[in-house]
Formats: sequence, structure tokens, C-alpha cells
Amino acid sequence: MKLQELVDSLSLVVKTASAHLTKEVTGGYVSDLLSDVIANIKEGSVWITLQTHQNIVAVATLKELSGIILVNNRTPDADTLKKADGEGIPILVSSLSAFEIAGLLYNLGLRCR
Amino acid sequence: MTLNEVKDILQAEVLTSNFDTDMHIELVCSTDLMSDVLAFSQSGDLLLTGLVDGAAVRTADIAHVKAIVFVRGKRPSKETVALAEEKKIPLLITKLSMFESCGRLYVKNLRSSINAG
Amino acid sequence: MQDKSAKTAEGVFFITGKDFANAGVASCELKSILEKMGVDRGIVRRASIAAFEAEMNVVIYTPAGMMRYKITPDYIKIVVEDVGPGIENIDLAMTEGYSTASDDIRSMGFGSGMGLPNIKRNTDELNILSIPGIGTTLEIVINIKKE
Repeated sequence: MKLQELVDSLSLVVKTASAHLTKEVTGGYVSDLLSDVIANIKEGSVWITLQTHQNIVAVATLKELSGIILVNNRTPDADTLKKADGEGIPILVSSLSAFEIAGLLYNLGLRCR
Repeated sequence: MTLNEVKDILQAEVLTSNFDTDMHIELVCSTDLMSDVLAFSQSGDLLLTGLVDGAAVRTADIAHVKAIVFVRGKRPSKETVALAEEKKIPLLITKLSMFESCGRLYVKNLRSSINAG
Repeated sequence: MQDKSAKTAEGVFFITGKDFANAGVASCELKSILEKMGVDRGIVRRASIAAFEAEMNVVIYTPAGMMRYKITPDYIKIVVEDVGPGIENIDLAMTEGYSTASDDIRSMGFGSGMGLPNIKRNTDELNILSIPGIGTTLEIVINIKKE
């Protein structure tokens, strides 16, 4: 499914790279530990996390992720926003928790490859 | 649902001797960051985490969380297991990812801990 | 019959910096003391969370620190002092998600920037005195409702 569909079904707020919402989402991954994400996330995945510092953009670019969902209404700082726009990485924000976002995506048929 | 049902749904292994199969589980907190467990106004019954460390056990103790499931299959040290035994907090481990664990429990109607707002 | 909540207690814990294996030991001990004294569960939770976050900050960012506590029927006072690098900008540090933690610390699951906000949310008074290069003192007060 396309990232835009996720934005619509989960009412996510698009913070960056709104032109890149046509990306195909091939899986979901929940983690706040960067080393774990770098080691295990698969390309095309949408990454669900609480982390907001600019390293998340580097990870998303390196691992060719479709986007990042920040939960619990976490707002990315200015550096993160700038970097994400520059790299074309959509950052989406939700007021829901990681548990709920993962649950809703699971219900939509998304899996963790 | 009961802790035993959680164990079955997540195909989890129980690491501590204290394991109350009938323990009632309703609210879940899933995070790898311990301060975020404490940011909820009610941390809930079950902690799903990839932080396989004594800090997770102490955080659970402070937050009155009833049980912990370590996800992603990483085994805790025996000191961590001993700490959980001492605090009478059941410790489980699953090979499933955090995403899969959350997904499976969500479709069975478990919900997230209440946000502080 | 003795009224449990009429007792007072005070004490001190020493906190070793970077000792992640024992991070939180002091707060868990304090929680135990409060529970044994029969303090209201909600108050115990708030005091324990505040103590834990303060203790974690000492472990994560400093070489060493000390947690002193005083429990009376009317209030709980916790003072955490350290000899760490100090906080450059307290207002910024109080913002949720703001953190000066190194990548190593973050990769261990700490330093997500919720520490001071969590303390503030759970306490009635929070005073922070910090001198960069010298250290930080946190003074926390939680009022106990009279029964």
C-alpha cells in the first residue's frame, strides 16, 4: 500500500516531504533503538518510533525506508525537519501510541518482514 | 486477557518462576525507552520492550507494571532474570518483532496505556 | 494501633555514574520505604518516578551523585545532587524530547529527553540549581494529602 493510504486511514499529520507520499510501504517496524533499526529493518518499511533527533533521517535514508511515523505526538526538531525535507523522507506524526499504530497497520494487513 | 493467553499469542517463553497464568492484562506499553514508560499517567499492565536490561525491570517496578515481555528474541542476563524474580515480575521472551507483537495483541483487543496528555 | 503515616524517615543513597547495571536501585529502595510506611499508592508512584528520573540523569550524565530523602506525614522531599557537567540551558532541558545524550546512550535506550519533564509532571515543587562545569542539584517536593 502507498504511504498516502496510511496517512489517510490513520489521520497522520504530514510534517515533511509531502511530495513523496506515493512511496510503496512494504512492511512496518517498531523500534526506538537505532542500532536495532540499522541492523534489522527492511527497505520499503515504515519506521514507527518516538525518537525525534536528526539521526533518524540518516537511518531512513541509509535503509531506504518509505517513511517515519512519530508517535505520542512527538514533534521532530528543526534540524530533523530540514534534513528530512532535503532527503525526501516523509515524517508523519500521530497522537496515538506505537502499540496502537502498529495494531492499526497490522489490521490493514501490513507485516514486519 | 490473561498473561497465559499473552504467552500463547506471542509464542513466548517464560523466564521467571513466578508466572501467574491468570494475571489480568488489559493495557500495554510498548517502547524501548524507559522514560517513556514513566511518561504515561498509567503505565499499564504489560511492558513490551527491546531494552533487555535490568533498567527495564526497575522501570517496571517503579511504574507498577505487572509483567514484561522482551521482544526480538534477545536474551536477558541471569542478573536481569534474578532481579525480576526478586521483584516478582514475570519475565517472558518472544522471537517476534515489536511490530508483530503489538499487532497480534491489538487484534485481540488489548489497548495502550493511558497517555499523560 | 500506630498510625503508619505518622512516622517520618530520612536517609541518603549514593549513586555511581555510568553504572547502568544498578541504575534505579536507589529509587526502587525509596519506593519500598514509602510502601512500607503506608503512603498512598498514587503518591508513591509520583515520588518513585521523580526519584528514578533524577537518579537516571545522574547515572547517564555524571560521574557520581547523591540522593537524600525526607518523608514526613505532610510531604516527601528528595534532593539529588551530582558533580556532573551541569545543565547549560534548563528551559531547553525541560522540553519534552530534548536531550543531550550521546549516540551510545541513546542506543542503550536512555536519554530520550523525557527525564526532567517527567519529574516536573509528578511533583508539586521542582527547583533546579545547576552550574555548568560544577554540577547540578534537584530539589523535589511532593505534598501528601492529609487523611
